Amino acid sequence: MNQKTVEQTEAEQWNLRLYVAGQTPRSVAAFANLKKICEEHLKGQYTIEVIDLLKNPILAKGDQILAIPTLVRKLPRPVRKIIGDLSNTERVLVGLDLRPM
Amino acid sequence: MPKTKRAHDLTDLSSLAKCPTGIQGLDEITNGGLPRGRPTLVCGAAGCGKTMLAMEFVLRGALTYGEPGVVMAFEENAKEFATNFASLGYNLNALVAKKKIILDNVSIERSEIEETGEYDLEGLFVRLGHAIDTIGAKRVVLDTIEALFAGFSNISILRAELRRLFRWLKDRGMTAIITGERGEGTLTRHGLEEYVADCVIVLDHRVDQQTSTRRMRILKYRGTAHGTNEYPFLIDEEGITVLPVTSVGLAHAVSEKRVSSGIPRLDSMLGRKGYYQGSSVLVSGTSGTGKSSVAAAFAHAACERGERCLIFAFEESPHQIIRNMRSIGYDLGQWVKNGRLKIHATRPSYSGLETHLARMHKQIAEFKPAVVVIDPITNFIAVGQEDEVKAMLMRLIDMLKTQDITTLFTNLTRGVQLEHTDAAISSLMDTWILLRDIETAGERNRGIYVLKSRGMAHSNQIREFILTSRGIELRDVSLLGGGFYVGTSRVEKESQERAAEVARKLELARAEQAIRRKKVLLEGQIAALKVELDSEEDNYRRLLSEQANHARRDALDLAELAEARKSDSARRKTEG
Repeated sequence: MNQKTVEQTEAEQWNLRLYVAGQTPRSVAAFANLKKICEEHLKGQYTIEVIDLLKNPILAKGDQILAIPTLVRKLPRPVRKIIGDLSNTERVLVGLDLRPM
Repeated sequence: MPKTKRAHDLTDLSSLAKCPTGIQGLDEITNGGLPRGRPTLVCGAAGCGKTMLAMEFVLRGALTYGEPGVVMAFEENAKEFATNFASLGYNLNALVAKKKIILDNVSIERSEIEETGEYDLEGLFVRLGHAIDTIGAKRVVLDTIEALFAGFSNISILRAELRRLFRWLKDRGMTAIITGERGEGTLTRHGLEEYVADCVIVLDHRVDQQTSTRRMRILKYRGTAHGTNEYPFLIDEEGITVLPVTSVGLAHAVSEKRVSSGIPRLDSMLGRKGYYQGSSVLVSGTSGTGKSSVAAAFAHAACERGERCLIFAFEESPHQIIRNMRSIGYDLGQWVKNGRLKIHATRPSYSGLETHLARMHKQIAEFKPAVVVIDPITNFIAVGQEDEVKAMLMRLIDMLKTQDITTLFTNLTRGVQLEHTDAAISSLMDTWILLRDIETAGERNRGIYVLKSRGMAHSNQIREFILTSRGIELRDVSLLGGGFYVGTSRVEKESQERAAEVARKLELARAEQAIRRKKVLLEGQIAALKVELDSEEDNYRRLLSEQANHARRDALDLAELAEARKSDSARRKTEG
């Protein structure tokens, strides 16, 4: 587990990818939840990329996506995967390795 | 089964379409292949050959049946797949390039994943769907989908998604193979058999007395009559070969034709014509009696007729056999060269009985011989129990008979109880020829006789069996003077006989000459007597004629006298 200081967390740029399969209620909820968490903990230093596998199925292979929705933290390293609708904020933060402020 | 119209999502038991696997023997035991458009579960312990079977299913589908296939390889199986392909001589990359196969490596790292709420496995569906659509696949392999259980902890989601997956595969008409690892007391560790209910195949890999055997069993196949036995199978450089144990039993057609044994006098002992085509022949005898030579003569004769012969040798190497048989006048080397004869040599202890059987079955299917020699079957008893051997031989003979192949088995018997060890297997044989040692007058010779031969009047005589440089010869034993002579004593006796014959002939000639002489003599005597008789007859005739003359003269004289005398009596006579 990387111990990040507030300064380091502020400096790094977060690159997040949310994989969905069409506009399902779960996917919509996941996006909403993600946005909320990012605004709260990573304001100004994140980018969210939403990839719809129904439009681009080939992309599922690269990040080895099986579950939907899946959130992949591409940056900072190491790559972390979180699955589910992100309704459990605690676990999302643990998964993203963010310290709740 | 009543053919009523049912709702389409209920299984239509009367017409189950099959998807041929292209795997040797598997299509036979399933009566046509796996259920078309349905998932089949293949389970077994590690190393049983599940991945191999799944891979060959896809490979044959792509190459033989024009059905592209998608392989979803979970865990490290992707490498295994590539290696399996290469071991069969196929280049996976080339097949992928030609869009015949897609190999998708799915890796699931539990430690990477955090579960934060509701989810489903749509990603898997998307990947699979995309792969299927890209190449128009008809066959799918999921190996091994139980890896999902290692990656995701929410069992109820997993179960629901698996159910959905198999429905999805069915809806798309995919014929799928799902592999699962054998569980403790359950078919699969995570109970996949709940979802895959149409067809279940179990693979087994047993090591028994240091030899390993692979077996396959169709546990369940909804809507089809299938054999429930365990079928031995083997894996080699051509893939999987399953031995379809013929449960047809005794329903094969028989031939009236005969084939020569390669030893003319033996043919005449067998109803004058030889073995029945498609029959099983057992040649047994103690060590060194010449069983392999009888087998070689048979093989040689078949090749001379232009037929193909396959020899399974379990004691000698092919070179040794060819060398030994050449010394007695059978050149088997020429037939090997021109491809009519194939000698397959191996040690019985090399593998289990079923594996031997499967291998033999495969060789026979490939080479298509008219005649098969198995020399000897003795050592199989070393490998298995007597009743196991009998079961194996029964299967083998059934298989050979259905293909109308004449087969000759040799068996070593152990001396005194010459006909005992054979008893177990002799009932499977149509013809049983025994070679035995005959010890007489300080030497050992060989005798041959036909103990039984079904369906023909066979000789019950023992003939002397001699290996010469021109082949096997059978000579009549000498039974002169109420004795029984073979070998040198026979030769002696024969020469004695000849001498006696010559003496008799001489005697006869002499007698003939004596008679002739006597005849001449007697004839001479007869001639002389005849001449005598003739002359006497002449005499007699002369006397007779003289007498007659005299009588006439006398009568004339009397008449004249009477005239002269003017005798009254005479005148009166003439006037009167």
